[in-house]
Amino acid sequence: MLDLKQDYFALFGLPVSFAIDVARLEQAYLDIQAKVHPDRFAHLPDADKRLSMQWATHANEAFRTLKTPLARGQYLLEMQGVDPAFETNTAMSPEFLMEQMEWREALGEAREAADEDTLEELSQRLRASSRDLVARLASALDERKDLALAADTVRRLKFLEKLQHEINDALTALES
Amino acid sequence: MALLQISEPGMSTEPHQHRLAVGIDLGTTNSLVATVRNGVPQCLQDDEGKTLLPSIVHYLPDGHIAVGRKAQAALAIDPRNTIASVKRLMGRGLKDVSHVETMPYDFVDAEGMVRLRTVQGVKSPVEVSAEILRDLRIRAERSLGGELTGVVITVPAYFDDAQRQATKDAARLAGLNVLRLLNEPTAAAIAYGLENASEGVYAVYDLGGGTFDISILRLSRGVFEVVATNGDASLGGDDFDHRLFCWMLENASISLPSDRDSRRLLIKAREVKERLTLDESVPVRMTLESGDEVDLVVHRDVFVDITRNLVSKTLKPVRKALRDAGLEPEEVKGVVMVGGATRMPHVQQMVGEFFGQAPLTNLDPDTVVAIGAAMQANVLAGNRAAEEEWLLLDVIPLSLGIETMGGLVEKIIPRNSTIPTARAQDFTTFKDGQTAMVCHVVQGERELVSACRSLARFELRGIPPMVAGAARIRVTFQVDADGLLSVSAREQTTGVEARVEVKPSYGLADHEIADMLKSGFEHARDDMEARSLKEQQVEAERVLEATERALASDGSLLDAAERAALDTAIAALREAAQGQDVRAIKIQLESFNRASNEFASRRMDKSIRGALAGHKIEDLRI
Repeated sequence: MLDLKQDYFALFGLPVSFAIDVARLEQAYLDIQAKVHPDRFAHLPDADKRLSMQWATHANEAFRTLKTPLARGQYLLEMQGVDPAFETNTAMSPEFLMEQMEWREALGEAREAADEDTLEELSQRLRASSRDLVARLASALDERKDLALAADTVRRLKFLEKLQHEINDALTALES
Repeated sequence: MALLQISEPGMSTEPHQHRLAVGIDLGTTNSLVATVRNGVPQCLQDDEGKTLLPSIVHYLPDGHIAVGRKAQAALAIDPRNTIASVKRLMGRGLKDVSHVETMPYDFVDAEGMVRLRTVQGVKSPVEVSAEILRDLRIRAERSLGGELTGVVITVPAYFDDAQRQATKDAARLAGLNVLRLLNEPTAAAIAYGLENASEGVYAVYDLGGGTFDISILRLSRGVFEVVATNGDASLGGDDFDHRLFCWMLENASISLPSDRDSRRLLIKAREVKERLTLDESVPVRMTLESGDEVDLVVHRDVFVDITRNLVSKTLKPVRKALRDAGLEPEEVKGVVMVGGATRMPHVQQMVGEFFGQAPLTNLDPDTVVAIGAAMQANVLAGNRAAEEEWLLLDVIPLSLGIETMGGLVEKIIPRNSTIPTARAQDFTTFKDGQTAMVCHVVQGERELVSACRSLARFELRGIPPMVAGAARIRVTFQVDADGLLSVSAREQTTGVEARVEVKPSYGLADHEIADMLKSGFEHARDDMEARSLKEQQVEAERVLEATERALASDGSLLDAAERAALDTAIAALREAAQGQDVRAIKIQLESFNRASNEFASRRMDKSIRGALAGHKIEDLRI
């Protein structure tokens, strides 16, 4: 029976795994939205409209979660009873923390100097780093079933995501 | 030219079931109404054969209200009572309105939205907009020969919650049933995409009279997906007029013109701007009431010079939207130009340079939004078979958040989230024994509350006294398909709950709308009670018809007892709908909705299962 509590993978008819067939995910999402979107129910009674909004909201949240690697990894951990956010005080490896500090310093300096090129370059390096971490997350979840390593990787990715936001904000600020 | 659709026998809606639905482009400068007739979208004309209705309202001392061209004639004669560009004031406080000093109105800075003092009393921008909408409603009902079932009203994609709510309130005041608020660039994309069978990533650059929007969309067969949107809710063609107006004042050595002279000069500036699209230079000769003479020639180069940075200003949101979409300008397949202001040659040129391609200007930039809105209204009214419908996935333009300690914003729903959407966040108490918490809801991208727009404040009371940090208060934001927010807060351990529709700060309170409706009807323009009865009867009819159709196709989802219960509810509603008691119909409608909830829910499940049935089971390796 379908209900709003089933897991996101089941909703889209996908196997539970980190590796995901993005084309199939997108198609399943569009197929579901085609049925539940509020635009299909605008001429119908309120009860139908309410249901439609709940379902379309749910489908959007499910799609967003499965589409982005970080959110998907975190969701898979939560499905297995691990909340990565609860363990933020676990010691991160010293070299990762060092790297973090270097990045922050570089970002601070580039922002100060209004140096767009350096910001762009930082952004590139960050993306490359994220890609490596996503590969590690895939292996931790799908192959090694190492939840501790996966949680650690999710936390690192969160750091990088935050940094990426700050770089984007700095770039935006330079333009205005 | 859209083709007439011929569908399988039995698939199309019966002719007598065709519901009258229109799309309305409520513009800063002009407004339009369009509909789909026999499968062909078209703008509706007024008695004089004109499609554009100038968005101008003139309040006369004798209680009459003139709208459109008649009001336009009064602009320079009675500036204080002739309201133009009211869209710039929707959902805005006095301090948020740009160039307020050149607007010749008697402003009243009321709590929330600014008001205008006219010869007919103090008017809110919502009431002024409602006059424009009412005029278009009457035009549509005359032209189509019946009452409208529903309308789609377009809003700038970059409109925030307060501006959207104000627009919806105006529609309600004008007696319109809003099927959906639709973003203007998205409406244009529908009209453009369906006409040209386009696929790929498109940018819609929409420079209207008072607002600028940029939307990046992914178009594929039957799907319009907005990837990112950005803009400037107070930048448009009016600003180009204003630059020219200032240039004329300076070069004719005029300081401090009277309200009437200002109006005349502004009207002249707009005329010059429009003529410069084709002409290289335009002479300006006029004698002002003050006796000052204006004798100037405006060359296009000068105009380009003094307005170039306005065009540059539009490119900043364009860059932001592309960054949010993760795209480079070269990846955009086509740039659709919308809004009268995109006729200016230097706008087209600069946008073309930015994207490295000539923008698409083959659709009339004045009517394309109304046409798209009409097409969407036709779908939403249920006039098309489900198989031929397209899917529209739109986003919210600005992040929504809540104030936390130190005047900082915690973002709860980020911008460019696909709507409808809901997100929850847990908060906790700050002091020992704290029993109430204020939720301050804001919209915007900045980290400081003071730099964002305040949408609402509400209080959650009755939190059981606990030590600081022990309570778990879950705040849930829900944004509906119109882009409108509602917020609820709930203490998790006790279930104490508070819920608000986000309205108070910048919208109108419900009782204000009720008062306006009443005063409007006192002018004998309509009979409120008769209208309200008719509305409830139509609603009941709609519900009954939809339920009967659902029972015909999915009746097997109910067992005999459930079916009997629903039949009883149908009979009760039908009986009430035949009577004259508005309240009785309302009560029956509510209880009917409760009775049919389970049936609706089962049909939804069946429909979703059907959606996934197309996927091969053997693909599902788990």
